[in-house]
Amino acid sequence: MDVRSQVSMVFHLDKCIGCHTCSIACKNIWTDRKGAEYMWWNNVETKPGTGYPTKWEDQEIYKGGWEKNGDTVSLKGAGKFRGLKNIFHNPHLPVLDDYYEPWTYKYQDLFTAPEGDDQPTARPVSLVTGEHMDVQSGPNWDDDLGGSPDYARQDVNLNQLSEAEREAMFQLERMTFHYLPRICNHCLNPACVASCPSGALYKRGEDGIVLINQERCRAWRMCVTACPYKKSYYNWHTGKSEKCILCYPRLESGQAPACFHSCVGRIRYLGVLLYDADKIEQAASAPDDRLVDAQMDIYLDPFDPEVIKQARLNGVADSTIIAAQKSPVYKFVKLWKLALPLHPEFRTLPNLFYVPALLPTMATVANGVYDSTSKSLWNGVESNRLPMKYLASLFSAGDTGKVTEVMKRLMAVRLHRRGVTVGDLNSAEISQALKEVQMDGSTADEIFRLTSLATFDERFVIPPAHREESIEMLESTADVKGNTGFGFKRKPERGL
Amino acid sequence: MTSYLLFVVLPYAALAIFLIGSIYRYRSNEFSVSSISSQFLEGRKLFWGSQPFHWGLFILFFGHLIAFLFPSAVIAWNGQPVRLLILEIAAFTFGLSALFGLFLLIYRRLTTRRIQIVTSKMDLVVYAVLLTQIISGLLVAYHSRWGSSWFAAFLTPYLRSIFVFDPQIEAISSVTSLSLKVHVVSAFTLIGIIPFTRFVHFLVYPVDYLWRSYQQVIWNWSRKHIRTSRKHSEGYKSTNN
Repeated sequence: MDVRSQVSMVFHLDKCIGCHTCSIACKNIWTDRKGAEYMWWNNVETKPGTGYPTKWEDQEIYKGGWEKNGDTVSLKGAGKFRGLKNIFHNPHLPVLDDYYEPWTYKYQDLFTAPEGDDQPTARPVSLVTGEHMDVQSGPNWDDDLGGSPDYARQDVNLNQLSEAEREAMFQLERMTFHYLPRICNHCLNPACVASCPSGALYKRGEDGIVLINQERCRAWRMCVTACPYKKSYYNWHTGKSEKCILCYPRLESGQAPACFHSCVGRIRYLGVLLYDADKIEQAASAPDDRLVDAQMDIYLDPFDPEVIKQARLNGVADSTIIAAQKSPVYKFVKLWKLALPLHPEFRTLPNLFYVPALLPTMATVANGVYDSTSKSLWNGVESNRLPMKYLASLFSAGDTGKVTEVMKRLMAVRLHRRGVTVGDLNSAEISQALKEVQMDGSTADEIFRLTSLATFDERFVIPPAHREESIEMLESTADVKGNTGFGFKRKPERGL
Repeated sequence: MTSYLLFVVLPYAALAIFLIGSIYRYRSNEFSVSSISSQFLEGRKLFWGSQPFHWGLFILFFGHLIAFLFPSAVIAWNGQPVRLLILEIAAFTFGLSALFGLFLLIYRRLTTRRIQIVTSKMDLVVYAVLLTQIISGLLVAYHSRWGSSWFAAFLTPYLRSIFVFDPQIEAISSVTSLSLKVHVVSAFTLIGIIPFTRFVHFLVYPVDYLWRSYQQVIWNWSRKHIRTSRKHSEGYKSTNN
């Protein structure tokens, strides 16, 4: 057992209001620079929709992620042979237009335009060429189902659905959407790291954050192809790739990442998961229907004495183990089984989990009357507005059973709380719902609490970074012992 | 005197600048060592330019290297006219492919608005030197036939004399072919400007990718390592720092 710790995340989609505050917080701190204008390390998509970059989920186009290859996995669009073969021209690299051409407006024209009969306007200019441009698309061009025929209907996840199911989804009465905020997943089996020919990408051992060494990056561009989530971006100005750094300077000083901190809906949770690094290959190469379970098996129980022992042997700090025990992510993902990884079929073992949205009940239209009444308080999970197949395509590699189970658990919590706060439900119905998902009332209360009432410190349990120990990065302790204070980097000798 | 400047001073200056400059640039400003690919801004034209250009140069580079390192092997191979023809035609084809690619690349860079934005003055210098180099090489191959044979017998001794610090320039300075002189001079110029241009990217061609493990995990320091180290008391430093 090779126990390591991973800073991981849960996004509760039911609470996301699609305000893009997270995206703006991130943009203001990290990507408000030349060459990075088009990058959104954090972006919020509307689902169904094609996302950013357009149709990023379609790996037939972008060739991202891993493919099962016998007992192991191999990169779909990169790798040693393919990477060096395609180094002069990468056929699967998304280009700027697959994202959008960044622009600003000539605001100064509003002031300097000569007096005339017409109102002065601020025309859009490209942030790449500086010339006037017609804005054709943007990072949220399909926000809130805008332009659905062109965007929402092209959603790759609809491929799982029959023509009739698809048509039904887009009827006005049935139409629905939810938001999908996305950041780098800081995967356990990162395809970007594996694809980098110059070895610029790496995973930090202590907290599992995946970073790009800007000094080392040589613009071979393979990480952009290999990341199936398209969260590695090429800076056209510096000639270096960049990606979400999970605000590690903030994390190291005990603050939540900017997108987490600023989240208005408080949908975000951050905490440590302990995992068994020996099982990574096995989990990444599990058959499709076992993928989610195999990934869940990697994560370990931080209360298990054996796990704690192995973790200590591996150098995981005690404070990190305590953080793992308090981790909200552990509760959502392992204990309560409410959160699922996004597109596990990419086989990168992502560490960002989503609690799917329980959408409003479906109404019927009869004789022109919109009728939203239902026999039970909330119609069952079965009549969810978004077909289970669609959600399964997002969160469980097509396994509808997995998503249905999560939805039932969420519904059970809801029914239980309705019973507690309003009390207008048949208690037999509630206990039946809880029993069906093997949950007791107190767990439901706990879920409710962490979902709705959790404080800042409960949502973000950040392990101390132990920067006081960074002396060890410079010198061996034994060397330092013989010296005064923190010692010397070079031998304090006279002469040249 | 001119020959001395062109075939002795220039080569040594170029090689010295190349060595010192490249190492200095890598050590002092590694960030700048990049291929600064522009594929992200324009991909389609790049394909038709970059692929024939790079593969053409790639093969020709190794061709020259082999003729320099193993001249007798090349002469032996050329012993039969058919093999000589195959070698010459293949080399000429790759030369044409490099030239074709370079033309497209220059055209792309000068006409595509987005690429103009990321073009530096040194890029134009690079193009000028490469054009001179490839065109003069093709002229040599066409006018002074069977270069693969006489290179080994005639240029290799000169190049070797440079590397053993005993420059012999009688043969090269008596050459009448202007294109050959230009080819040699521009070759050394190219080597000399490597540290000041994007040429540095071929020095960091990632061959080590072939034998490194796919996943890379870097620890601040490994307690495991220090714990198991028997040399701890001797000031053993964990290797992953």
